[in-house]
Order: sequence, then C-alpha cells, then structure tokens
Amino acid sequence: MDFYGINPAVLIASLMVASVPIMLAAIGELVVEKAGVLNLGVEGMMIMGAVCGFITAVHTGSPWAGFLGGAAGAMAISLIFALLTQVFLANQVATGLAMTLFGLGLSSLMGQGYNGIKPPAMADVPLGPLEDIPFIGRAFLSHDAMVYVSILIVAGVWAVLKYSRVGLILRAVGENHDAAHALGYKVRRIRVLAILFGAAMAGLGGAYVSLVRVPQWTDGITAGAGWIALAIVVFASWKPWRVLIGAYLFGGITVLQLNLQAAGARIPVEYLSMSPYLITILVLVIMSSGKGRAGLNAPAALGQNFHASR
Amino acid sequence: MARDVLLGLEGISKTYPGVKANDGVSFSIGAGEVHALLGENGAGKSTLVKMIYGLVKPDEGRMTLRGQPYAPPEPRAARAAGVAMVFQHFSLFDALNVAENVALGMDNPPPMRALEGRIREVSEGYGLPLDPARLVGDLSAGERQRVEIIRCLLQDPKLLIMDEPTSVLTPQEVDILFGTLRQLAAEGTSILYISHKLEEIKALCDEATILRRGKVVGTCTPREKSAREMAEMMVGATLNVPKRAGKEPGPVALKVQELSVASPSAFGTSLKGVNFEVRQGEVLGIGGVAGNGQDELLLALSGELRTPRDTVQIHGRGIGDSGPNDRRRDGICAAPEERLGHAAAPDMSLTENALLSGAVRRGLTKRGFIDWARTRDFAEDVVRTFDVRTPGIGTAARALSGGNLQKFVLGREIMQEPEVIVVNQPTWGVDAAAAAFIRQALLNRAEAGAAVVVISQDIDEIMEIADRFAALNEGRLSEPVPTQGLTIDQIGLMLGGAHGMHQAEVSHVHA
Repeated sequence: MDFYGINPAVLIASLMVASVPIMLAAIGELVVEKAGVLNLGVEGMMIMGAVCGFITAVHTGSPWAGFLGGAAGAMAISLIFALLTQVFLANQVATGLAMTLFGLGLSSLMGQGYNGIKPPAMADVPLGPLEDIPFIGRAFLSHDAMVYVSILIVAGVWAVLKYSRVGLILRAVGENHDAAHALGYKVRRIRVLAILFGAAMAGLGGAYVSLVRVPQWTDGITAGAGWIALAIVVFASWKPWRVLIGAYLFGGITVLQLNLQAAGARIPVEYLSMSPYLITILVLVIMSSGKGRAGLNAPAALGQNFHASR
Repeated sequence: MARDVLLGLEGISKTYPGVKANDGVSFSIGAGEVHALLGENGAGKSTLVKMIYGLVKPDEGRMTLRGQPYAPPEPRAARAAGVAMVFQHFSLFDALNVAENVALGMDNPPPMRALEGRIREVSEGYGLPLDPARLVGDLSAGERQRVEIIRCLLQDPKLLIMDEPTSVLTPQEVDILFGTLRQLAAEGTSILYISHKLEEIKALCDEATILRRGKVVGTCTPREKSAREMAEMMVGATLNVPKRAGKEPGPVALKVQELSVASPSAFGTSLKGVNFEVRQGEVLGIGGVAGNGQDELLLALSGELRTPRDTVQIHGRGIGDSGPNDRRRDGICAAPEERLGHAAAPDMSLTENALLSGAVRRGLTKRGFIDWARTRDFAEDVVRTFDVRTPGIGTAARALSGGNLQKFVLGREIMQEPEVIVVNQPTWGVDAAAAAFIRQALLNRAEAGAAVVVISQDIDEIMEIADRFAALNEGRLSEPVPTQGLTIDQIGLMLGGAHGMHQAEVSHVHA
C-alpha cells in the first residue's frame, strides 16, 4: 500500500527518527523558558552536542558515551550563557544569538579532521517478535533506544512540571521572579540549573543528528534544527505533550518533503526543502497573532533578567 | 515591663550605599499584641521588616524571639521560627492557582488534595472564603490578599507581619480583614502592622512605634493620640491641608459617552459603557479597587487606546479616534499610574522626558528639530516649581526616587496648562508633604479653569480634592455624586462592597 511510491510505515518510522533531535532540544528549551529564561542559543548548543558527541563516540567506540559527550559539550557552552545572563545580567536575546554563532564556529573548528569518518552504529532495541507485527512493528517498534528515551523524557518533564514541588517552584520562578525571591527561593540557582538541563537536552539532540540520523560529521550539520525547536516551544504553548506533537509534525514535514523529492514530485526541490522553515514561520505568525491562548501561557517573566534589589 | 515580650529588637542598623536605612532601632512586640510600625515612605519600615523576615541582614544590633537570639539567615528560617509575612506586592503568581500559590509559601506543604481541604477550612474559619482551584490572576485585590494571609495562617505563625495591607481594599474588605486580625490577636498571635493610614492604626493597634529617616522618633498608644498628633510625629512638621477655591464650575469641558473598550492586557478589565462629564473648574474623583478598569480608562482618555470618535469629546468635539499628541494639542494631558516605563522613559534624562510629552503644547520643536534651550528651560521650570529633588535635569529618570519622579511627571503635565488633565494614582508612594503639594497643584489647575479627573484608590484623597465622586467597578462607572456629605460606607457600597464575598458564598453553597 504505497502512495506515490511512499510507504506509510516507512514514512512513520523515519518521521519518528527525524523528530528526535528537535523534540529533545524543544523539551529542554521548554524547561528553560518555564524558568523565565529565553535561550536563543539552542542551535549553537545542538551543534556543539553534535560535534562533541561525534568525537567522543569515534574515540570511545560507544554511541552511548557519545551521547554523554554531546550533552557535556552543550552544557559547557551553555555555562557561558548562564554566566553572562544570570551573573552579568547581559541581554538574553543578544547573548543567545551570540552563542549560536559561537557554537557554529567552534564546532566547525573542533570537527576539523573528522569529516568522512563513520561513527559507531547504534543498534535498534531488540523487541523480538513484536517487530514482526505488520505495519506497527515496522513503524513504531524497530527503532534505536534514543527514540524511546526522548518520549520518556517528554513524559518525565510533563510529570515533574505538573505534579512535583520542583516543577511548581520552576514555574513560579518563570512567572514572577520577584515574588519567588521574596518567598526565599534561589532564582538565579534555579535558572542556571534549568539552563544546564536545556543544554543537556539540546546536546543529546545534536549528538543524535551526527551519530544516528545522518550519521557523519559535516559543518553546520544541524541545519537550523535548533530554530525549529524554538518555534515548537511556542507552537506547543509551553506544554510538554504538545512539544511531542509539534516535533512529529515538523519531523513529518521534513521526512515527507524528502520522500516527495525521492518520489520525483513535480514541485521544484527548493520549495520542498524550504517547507519546514516556511511552516515554522507560518506557525509562529498564527500563534503570536492577537491575544491568543499562546500569549496567556507564556511564562510572565520570560526573557527578563532578575536582579535581587534591596 | 510586665507584658510577655515575643520579639525584641535592640540597636538595629542597616546602611545601604548613600543611605542609612535604619539607625539604632529598638522596640519590642508583646505576645498577642497588634503593634503598628508607622512612618513615611523611605522611613525605613520596609527594610526593618525585611530584616525580621530574613530577607536582609542587619549591619549592627541584635534581635531576640521569646528571649532567644534570633538572626534568620533566610526567610525559610524565619518561617520555621514562626514569623510569617504578608507582602504589599510581589508575592503572588498570576498564572498559578490559589492552592499552588499557597504551597509555594510553605516549606513542607501537604499533598495538593489535602492542602485544598485545609485552605477551605482555614479560610472559612477566619471569614475569608477562597476557592483553592481558582487562578490567582482572575482574583480581585482583596481576594489576592486573602491568599497571602491564608498562606501565612496555615503555618501557625507566632508573629504575622503585614506590610500596608489595606492599600488595595474597599472599606468593607478592610472591616473583614480587621475582624480576622482581631481574632488572631485574641488567639495569641502577635501582629506587626505597617501602615501610614492613621485612622486604621487607631482602630486596630495596641502600640505603635514611629520611624522617621531610619530612627525611632517615638512610641505611643494609638487609641490615646489623635491622628493629627501621630501624623506630625511621622512627618516631623505641621501639615498643610489643601484648600479648595469653591468656585462655580463652568461649561462641560470633557464628555465621555458610552465608552466601551477591550483591555489590551490579558488580565485587564474592559470598560463597559462608561459615561461622565466634567465641567471647567471641577474635579471628578474616580475611585475603585485596582484592576477594575482604571488603567484602561486612562489609556482611553489619553489616546493610547482609540475608540469611536464621539465616545470622548472635548468642548463638544469628538476626539475618540485621535492619538495622544493630537489630544495634547486639543488640551488633554494625562499622567498614568506606572511612572517608570509608562509616564517616563527610565533611561532618558529629565530633559528628554520633559520633551516627550511637552513638545506639542510647549512648542519645543521647530520644523522637526528639537529646541534644546526651550526644552531645558521647561524641565528646569518643572523641577523648580514642583521641588523635584534631583542632581540636575540631565539625570536619568530611573535614578530618581518614586516620589520625586511622581512630582516631576505630574509637574510636567500640569505645567503644560491643559484644559483637561487626567491623572491615575497621583500620590501613590509619595510622602505626605509631597502628596499635599500635588493635590494643591491639581486644585490650582482646576481653579484656573481646567477640568480635572483624578483616578485614585485612596478614598481619603478623593474626599479631600474631588467635587464629585464616581466608582469604577468591573469596568462600569457609577453615576457621579457630589462628595459633600458622602459617608465612607456609601462609598464602600459604590465600590462594590466586600468584593468577592458574594461569589465565594455562592460557590460554597454549590460545593
């Protein structure tokens, strides 16, 4: 049952793989923004994760070590962001943009000499006979572990934000940092921890691109995935499960346009390639127009620096 | 002293760069006592209570709680010792519900389900009904304060600190609050009550300590002193009460008819069919609890929100669809409540801020170029006439204290000699002497033939200067009535009475 030469089971399977990097980066950024910090350096952190993950995996021979390396690399660069915005109170937008540019340049430098090498492969999770279930097995149950880990992370973030005290404090800090401070919560410390968590997620996402999805190292390998992740957070109106839906939607569009290209659709390739980005812009315009629900859900202190005055 | 001392302070001092906020402050609070801390803005009251609550550490001096040394390094420690505080502002989260807000103020909150039950129980026990599942952003000011009080009460405090708790309440809500506080005091909880409203202190407090410029200048038993005596101790000088001219008002200058406009902010209140007229030489006072459409009314009158042409008329000419600069040309000047960021650009100098609103009426630009000499003269003039304490007119607006900036902003608008002037909270956060000056300036403007609209939450202020009074309640304006002969009770009812009580009772019946 193919449509225009596209097999739906294969399409869903590749959609799930394609959406892992943006889903991870977006859920990380969601936590950061819930704490009231706007980190536009997601793209830079992702590509640092991609290059650090790749280098670690090549040298250790283990993709899992690679993921840890990727997370560590992204957290290292996010510490600069944390220092500038939380200690020196630099403008978050400008700092975030600078982190993206810095990350792109630094990753390119670090990746010198790694072009053309194949990283150690990531095995699929063996689910035995389940994988042989028609359609479902092929579409949903024959993936590597990170696909399932990323969904578990979304579930975990949702549960923590909704039900735990830590989540409540995090939301409170993002909502009104003066009040949180007055009640004795450590606004700056909570925000730095959130930034580090967001960076670790972006790093995992980046490492997934260079280790599984592509898998090799080239300059600029993340190709704007970080920006799409930022858009998904807004699209999801800061709700974790909607991040999952958003990531599948955008992952789906990416995969679909690749499949359409391969199937020889009579649309110029350029239009297909730009479609995920066009849809990103479109979604952001629709979501931010008027005083929609998205505006109500945004953390009230988003992007504002906190300075404990007397 | 025979009484049982709960909290004692000895020689507490705290210095900030350039200011001695507290200088050798000593006093004590007895168990079950309602103790007032009185003083002007900037007298050091807030710094002092922040030290008791562990937000700020004193430089010198010591505190004792039930005879034991007490030096809380952070609010958590203060709460553990039985000290709770109801903040003036900055302590609630709009996007979270009542129960979540309460949980954030507790160190070991029970599970949400149990907490919701406790909130219902305690809030009804003290006559302050609250629905734990409601979003705080949707509550009235009085209900929001209940959330804070309940948050404190759930922790069985020995000492409850209340920082200016009545500034946002209707008179009926104040009565309910006082009932709760008396009940608490009778149960043995001490209350440290900070305010500059003397009548309230007379009604509620057992003892009072008066601060001026960081020092204790006296203690008294409020019931035995007159409000005037206490005010003079607070200010350290005799006070002038503004004088009204008592002239007959002229023809209608400003007319507003069927003004309805949606609020630009998510938690704001939309205006619904507002009607009123103000005559030349008349002062209309518009009262109401914060968040009932005051900001929106100011925006609609200043021209920041545009409405159909005939909804706002000046001298019978419709101007509802014109912007702020056109309206200034037509004679309407406005001063919004938020001083930094709305009335004044924080990082610009006073000269530049003077230009921003004064350019049209004072002719400060020529063919698109700024006439700096005239602008500086205008700014100097405002600073001199309104006694704005600033190093110079080149100082950034941000660097001025709230009261000084308010004098500058009000002065800037009044000195443009508008035919209609609209002000929101003209004396908010301004000390008594400066407030009296601002009120007098508004009255003088009215005497010179302007129509004045004063939007204020301070009922005493409205009674002092307004000729007629109207109440804004959930975006609707009542029929204006003469202020002469109006009683506080009548005003309270016009303001919507005990806000939220009604609703809480209804939901209780359904529960």
